[in-house]
Amino acid sequence: MLFPGNLSLDQAPPISVPFRFLLSAPLFGVLAGLLLTLQGPALLTGRWSPGVLAFTHLITLGLVTQAMCGALLQMLPVLAGTRVFGAVTVGRTTHLLLSGGTLALAIGFLADGGSWSLAAAVLLGGAFLVFVGALGWGLSRADNPNPTVAAMRLAVTALAVTAILGIGLALFWGGVPGLLFMRSLTDVHLAWGLLGWVGLLVLGVAYQALPMFQLTPEYPLRLRRHLTAALFALLLLWSVLHWLAAAERIPPAWPVSAAATAGAALLLFAAFTVRLQKRRRRPLPDAGLAWWRLGLAGLGTAVTLWLAGRAWPGFAAHPAYPLWLGGSYLLGFAVPILNGMMIKIVPFLAWFHLQNRQLALGRADVAVPNLRELLPERTTRWQLRIYVAGLGLLALAPLWPALASRPAGLALAASWGLLGFGLGQAARRYRSVNRALLLAPAGEGPGA
Amino acid sequence: MHTISQVLGDDHQRCDSLFAEAETAVARGDWLTGESAFNAFHEALEHHFRMEEEVMFPAYEARTGQTMGPTRVMRMEHGQMRQLTGEMATAITARDRDRYLGLSETLLIVMQQHNAKEEQMLYPMADRALQDGMEQVLSQMGAV
Repeated sequence: MLFPGNLSLDQAPPISVPFRFLLSAPLFGVLAGLLLTLQGPALLTGRWSPGVLAFTHLITLGLVTQAMCGALLQMLPVLAGTRVFGAVTVGRTTHLLLSGGTLALAIGFLADGGSWSLAAAVLLGGAFLVFVGALGWGLSRADNPNPTVAAMRLAVTALAVTAILGIGLALFWGGVPGLLFMRSLTDVHLAWGLLGWVGLLVLGVAYQALPMFQLTPEYPLRLRRHLTAALFALLLLWSVLHWLAAAERIPPAWPVSAAATAGAALLLFAAFTVRLQKRRRRPLPDAGLAWWRLGLAGLGTAVTLWLAGRAWPGFAAHPAYPLWLGGSYLLGFAVPILNGMMIKIVPFLAWFHLQNRQLALGRADVAVPNLRELLPERTTRWQLRIYVAGLGLLALAPLWPALASRPAGLALAASWGLLGFGLGQAARRYRSVNRALLLAPAGEGPGA
Repeated sequence: MHTISQVLGDDHQRCDSLFAEAETAVARGDWLTGESAFNAFHEALEHHFRMEEEVMFPAYEARTGQTMGPTRVMRMEHGQMRQLTGEMATAITARDRDRYLGLSETLLIVMQQHNAKEEQMLYPMADRALQDGMEQVLSQMGAV
């Protein structure tokens, strides 16, 4: 029988598949940071400013989705015991289309260019068709449907919903007639992307990753079995109620109560995670754990802000409110969790592939660098500090845009630049050691 | 009645605790505690590997006729981990904190993935395959 979860080289995809995504993700973050630096106060004029839309999509598509695609292609064999058919081609195609589509979309927002939006719709449509198709096929064949696999299936479904709505919106922006109704679906697009695609995947991966890498106790089985399914169902319910309420067929309180329940479910996840981390058996402070703590604080802030906005409509009407709400979820929760994952997965994959090669070739004479030699702690610690400073400045920026917006952009760009540099350095070290392993040992001729 | 899952799964926990103790002490710069905790961990891990390699794997292979399956992968990963613990022992002797912590973080990830595979797949499979001779396998493991 097959032995699922076998992390051996013949089942894991070549290192180029995840690296392609994980190494380009920080670059989109740098672009987003630079955009904020360049536009400054003009970017933060409101939720619908072209600058905010471009900034947001550089982060959600360029940084977050890019990293999540790379990680999923890598983790599917490990966590789900299944593989993606043609992972190399799928990876290369998705990466190219996703990167091009993200840039086209950002340009489309900024230049208000219809043809750029149309190009983005085509490129991103292609990217998600390939990716969702390949992942869906792989996930449908997973023979041990544990809670993580179940969460991945729901997350990929949510990605498909987000993508379809997003492409409809891009076509509308691109001037395709008859799509005015898409505008009313913007919030649905956003909810499926942020809560569905990002939220569900984070939950599903946390179930496995936290006990393994932070030596925490397991999440309770009942929570693992039901929480992601409940969130998905609430998202579906909210979408229908939101649509009915928009058509004034039901009172607006109905969708709000569905969303509030989803918010409570997310808080429950955050509370359990904090509790498990308090009981972890590895007391050593660790950059991955610090990013997780920041992310959970961001999630708590986002849910609290959302609830406060419902309780005090005056607060929700403040122009800064949507920026704080979106910012705390996206930059306070999603990005930190992914950042913590990236700084672990890139050096680990480099080490893993090198050590396998070293064992296979019997080259004990070539030293394989360990995780911290591949990505020094110093780099990750400074990256975190600069990021927290950027986040603090960004929180102040809606109130004092002239003072805080450009420094916030610079700090975020610097933090992601440092992340890109650190990951790039790990990849360069990988390549040089790999070359040394493949070279003939000293003293032996080429044919020896 | 005890099972392989219980006995070897609990032993993973014991190794994890010793691992964390050694790592914490080294991070603090407390080499005396660190060295003795590392030695205890190293010994516990080696003992765990031997219970598997000398008793459980051969019994499983003999019963199922699979020698190229999961047990082969597990033996390979034991080799990876032995290489890392060997380098960690050198780092302890050299009092090289950064090197030790880099190696221990690497080992942690390899070890946890390995344990997850055993606990979720191999041990339950072995519990089913070795149901009849369980007492004997467990007592042989106890004698290692």
